[in-house]
Amino acid sequence: MNTLDQLPETLKDHVVGVFPAGLQPWISALLAIGALCAIFPALFALTTVLERKILGRIQNRPGPNRVGPAGFLQFAADGIKSLTKEDIVPRNADRLLHFLAPLVVVIPPLLAFSVLPIGRNLVALDLPETGLLFFFAVGASVEVGVFMAGWSGGNKYSLLGAMRALAQLISYELPLILSALTVVMLTGSLSLVAMVEKQSAVQVAGLHAWNLFTPWGVVGFLIFLTAAAAEANRSPFDLPEAESEIIAGYFTEYSGFKFALFFLGEYLGLFAVCGLGITLFLGGWLPPFTWLNWIPSWLWFFGKLGALIFFFIWLRGTLPRLRMDQLMQFAWTFLLPLTLINAFVAGLWHFTADWNVLFRWALSAGLLAAAYVALSRPFARAFPRRTYRFAP
Amino acid sequence: MTGSGILQGLAETAKNFVGSFTHPAENLATIEYPEQRQKLAENTRQFPFLVFDGTDPEAGLRCVACQICEKECPPQCIYIIKSKAKKPDFVGKPQFFPAVFDIDLSVCMSCQICVEVCPFDAIKMDQDFELATSDRFQGLLFHKDRLAKPNSHFQKIHPTEAGETDTRRAADLEKAQAAAAKAAAAAAASAKPVATPANSPEAKNPPPASPAAGTPPM
Repeated sequence: MNTLDQLPETLKDHVVGVFPAGLQPWISALLAIGALCAIFPALFALTTVLERKILGRIQNRPGPNRVGPAGFLQFAADGIKSLTKEDIVPRNADRLLHFLAPLVVVIPPLLAFSVLPIGRNLVALDLPETGLLFFFAVGASVEVGVFMAGWSGGNKYSLLGAMRALAQLISYELPLILSALTVVMLTGSLSLVAMVEKQSAVQVAGLHAWNLFTPWGVVGFLIFLTAAAAEANRSPFDLPEAESEIIAGYFTEYSGFKFALFFLGEYLGLFAVCGLGITLFLGGWLPPFTWLNWIPSWLWFFGKLGALIFFFIWLRGTLPRLRMDQLMQFAWTFLLPLTLINAFVAGLWHFTADWNVLFRWALSAGLLAAAYVALSRPFARAFPRRTYRFAP
Repeated sequence: MTGSGILQGLAETAKNFVGSFTHPAENLATIEYPEQRQKLAENTRQFPFLVFDGTDPEAGLRCVACQICEKECPPQCIYIIKSKAKKPDFVGKPQFFPAVFDIDLSVCMSCQICVEVCPFDAIKMDQDFELATSDRFQGLLFHKDRLAKPNSHFQKIHPTEAGETDTRRAADLEKAQAAAAKAAAAAAASAKPVATPANSPEAKNPPPASPAAGTPPM
């Protein structure tokens, strides 16, 4: 392909070539680690500013615009502030767990980035047998860090936040994994690289066969997004850190840089799960059409990532926070059955590959629509539309 | 349909977001203060100032050191020392003037009672609200030189009230001038029959109340 597309790889090869042969695998790994540890935290810095600016505009105000050009150095000011703040450890805190928790929250997302194919031939760690499994295994260990943080503070609010976080993460892990499972079923592989390659098949008019362009893909992607918002503790599922209820949730007892590390971990988790969503449903680094191949593949990945992040910020600016019982009921009575039906439809799709395209589409879409209506009915009955006496 | 509310909400916030770029005037309520300023309402009041006529803040100061404001001030933030000498006011009548006139900004509560009790239209409310200072003692105690502001400033910030005040003062001046002219005529008439050479310089000199220092109101 073109040189710009393979620029990160060729650059790495040049640097690695300088070192003696025995050191080369180590240098190569170190370079990949360094790049991942630089790019995604930098993206975090940018996202914090953009999120505040976008939320501001949604709420009819300009957002931060004082520090640096158009306010884009706000993250530096925030970083310096959190670095210079006092690091307080409560007297009755479990000091070791209190110290370890922020690290346990930050490291798993960084590990998860290693299996994400960011561009053509651009993946830090290609696990052909266990890529997706590794991602979820590593992602699940964030829950340990969250509970460590909530427990070690010796504070009832942090413990409440940790309990909420745990209940939420476990409940939403199920739809998340099951919606990813449909893609595994259709790809026949757990390797994330293979999943992208499978989607590179060309349909009519040069359209790549993204999983999003199938009925089960649309539903699976929406379920994945919902569960991803819950996994990343994003609004409207930000109960574990509901400021108006339990201060800051599981990281109430943290201050200074450790507090900033929780934010870093949270955003890195969001990026990781968005990256997985891109890989599973949005064709990874593939452009939608073959004639858009001249744009570098990694640019496609980061463009999609930016779009998904924008969507999550938009969602945060729109929806209010759920209540705990609503959260649980939504996960177990609506999202989970819909995910199972979606998996069934995906299987149907797989075995009806030689049917008429229109009929196949109508059957799958009809099944999913019927399931949606049937499942949402008791849910809508449990939470009827509220009427307000004094507000429209 | 379940979920339609979410789409409606997303459309609403998207409208706000896009509108903030395309129609910022309707969609962004913020006035970015140091660069942009809101026009203050005419009745805005912050801290009193002393009005003077003409260009000289000493000679044109309307205050006659009657100390009514000092006595009426609820938090007692005004401090006045009356002068020993007198100076002519706008109609030419000799009046005391404040040798010292201080107002403590940290005590003033902007109640405007000093303005309401002043019979001479000498103290009015200013609209300057950027009064913060790094010196909390001398910086917050306003002396006469800092308090005195020209009538043109009063005209600018409270045009309605200043116009009304100026009309009344112009009428007062006219009345005083007419009275002085009448007194001068009467003096001249009474001086004529005697017509002694010794009296003639007295007749030429105007009486103390006559408009010798007829400073026109601004």
